[in-house]
Amino acid sequence: MGKTLAEKIWAEHVVSSTAGEPDLLYIDLHLIHEVTSPQAFDGLRLANRKVRRADLTIATEDHNVPTLNIDKPIADPVSKLQVDTLRKNCEEFGVRIHSLGDVEQGIVHVVGPQLGITQPGMTIVCGDSHTSTHGAFGALAFGIGTSEVEHVLATQTLPLIRPKTMAINVEGTLKPGVTSKDIILAVIAKIGTGGGQGYILEYRGSAIRALSMEARMTICNMSIEAGARAGLIAPDQTTFDYVKDKPHAPSGTDWDAALAYWQTLVTDSDAKFDKEINLNADELAPFVTWGTNPGQGLPLSASVPNPADITNAEDRGAAERALEYMDLKPGTPLKSIKVDTVFLGSCTNGRIEDLRSAAAVIKGKKIADSLRLLVVPGSARVRLQAESEGLDKVFLDAGAEWRSAGCSMCLGMNPDQLKPGERAASTSNRNFEGRQGKGGRTHLVSPLVAAATALKGTLASPADL
Amino acid sequence: MEKFNKHTGTAVPLRRSNVDTDQIIPAVYLKRITKNGFEDGLFAAWRNDPAFELNQPQYKTATILVAGPDFGTGSSREHAVWALQNYGFKVVLSSRFADIFRGNSQKAGLLTVILAQEEIEKIWKEIEAKPETSVTVNLESKTVTYGSTTLDFVIDDYTRWRLMEGLDDIGLTFTKIDQVSNFEEKRASFKPKTLPIR
Repeated sequence: MGKTLAEKIWAEHVVSSTAGEPDLLYIDLHLIHEVTSPQAFDGLRLANRKVRRADLTIATEDHNVPTLNIDKPIADPVSKLQVDTLRKNCEEFGVRIHSLGDVEQGIVHVVGPQLGITQPGMTIVCGDSHTSTHGAFGALAFGIGTSEVEHVLATQTLPLIRPKTMAINVEGTLKPGVTSKDIILAVIAKIGTGGGQGYILEYRGSAIRALSMEARMTICNMSIEAGARAGLIAPDQTTFDYVKDKPHAPSGTDWDAALAYWQTLVTDSDAKFDKEINLNADELAPFVTWGTNPGQGLPLSASVPNPADITNAEDRGAAERALEYMDLKPGTPLKSIKVDTVFLGSCTNGRIEDLRSAAAVIKGKKIADSLRLLVVPGSARVRLQAESEGLDKVFLDAGAEWRSAGCSMCLGMNPDQLKPGERAASTSNRNFEGRQGKGGRTHLVSPLVAAATALKGTLASPADL
Repeated sequence: MEKFNKHTGTAVPLRRSNVDTDQIIPAVYLKRITKNGFEDGLFAAWRNDPAFELNQPQYKTATILVAGPDFGTGSSREHAVWALQNYGFKVVLSSRFADIFRGNSQKAGLLTVILAQEEIEKIWKEIEAKPETSVTVNLESKTVTYGSTTLDFVIDDYTRWRLMEGLDDIGLTFTKIDQVSNFEEKRASFKPKTLPIR
């Protein structure tokens, strides 16, 4: 019997396999940021260990950094200490770092792909659950905790039990105005936040093949929101073209060898997935979440559900609690919900294509008076690219704020936070209670819906304008 | 890591599903660079509510958290595990844990035990009626015991052994480091490197 893509990549990286033990897996790339690494470096120092492969490790500052006045010292002393600690650790252990102000600084999952160090067939880890983003290249990429960060720093390996595999088949053609964000929100609504637990997801089908690399990253990024540690897409010409001219792409004969290998990275026709899910792209519409977990989503044309109609007691309880937190009444049309803040950014939707698509909706118009629009590019390079295309002007002229790169309001670890009771339409990945600021309320949306909502003041798609 | 053989204590019910890592500890509390001091951030949004289970006097000394399904979804922050440990929890019981959270707990020595949801419901009822109920979680026999009830749970033998011996994963991997070196010699030359900077 043939192998799935995930099984192939796994098998290629097994250093040691013993019955009754996890496989020891080699890690090709380790991405690091300031929040989940300090205790790992401390662990190395305590045990007098070194970083085994600094040449397979790279750090950037993203979670905690301000997006305003980045030329000044970080105002919050606790944040500053954490960022300074990363800088010191990288210097001590010889790890490459892109600090605030550096042209390569940005969200770790935007930086890897743009440098070309994210390539097909690799194993990639980072102390961040959205590492699944890199799966868009046909890499096995997943988030790890700090103990595992220390393990990878010390040994460049991880002991892991191989997950099962699940195919997410998306056939058909997306309608105009429907994006990869809507695909993944629909997937999560279908299988639930625990549906992917214990699985590696492989997104397949004509609708997936038709997507750009950046749109694929959005899908893989949110695999974790369906409970799956990793999600991937087989590499194809779209992937190869994207990687080709990046700074760390293979060149010369290495390129030929790499390409020959990458072309083997497909699920064999006779391979069997442990589970399969089917979705029809023709039927998808812009999606928005109404609750406090990413599985609580519906098409934008729907109304807030009535918990009483939910038969599963667990889901009903969760819905009741969510509506109370979100201050929403059953039956309210989603399009009538008024929004205070629109956040365009994050490792889910902070890439140049995301900014372009939102700018195309906003160009020449003004955002609603009652609302603020925060545009936070995913990396310094994305910001520069956007500025070279005049997108910053489009956003600023519309009344938006144009910020520097970082995770920003996605998790509200820096000063970019919602106030208690404030409601946001956000292109990020999590609508958890308090995620974007204590008491803040989040509706997850695509960049197109974010842009239309910013103009209208209520949840809207470009078709509603 | 401390050895874990068995633990006896009282338990607190957390009747909520999908308690994600942002609920367990919000991002603003993740700025510390140590593994301790995170107890203040534990369930921060709910801690000011006197009705919140952890604030009820009968559960103040509980060391076992009996959580709803899909506990620990979301971010990979191991701080969520540290916050629970710093607060004093030794064990979390749930019918479903998120993968990364469970992995982190097993690295850091917080025992996460999976029981059927109907058993969780029975334990909730028991500890709500009698908060002083003593609960024993025995890793050696793979059982949870309270009152006259004993429940078996499943955990893979390797993780169980590692937790019972208090073994550090990194130390175990170093016993295979020659195999890692051999693997590295055979890696394809086209695989990217972060250094030198291009």
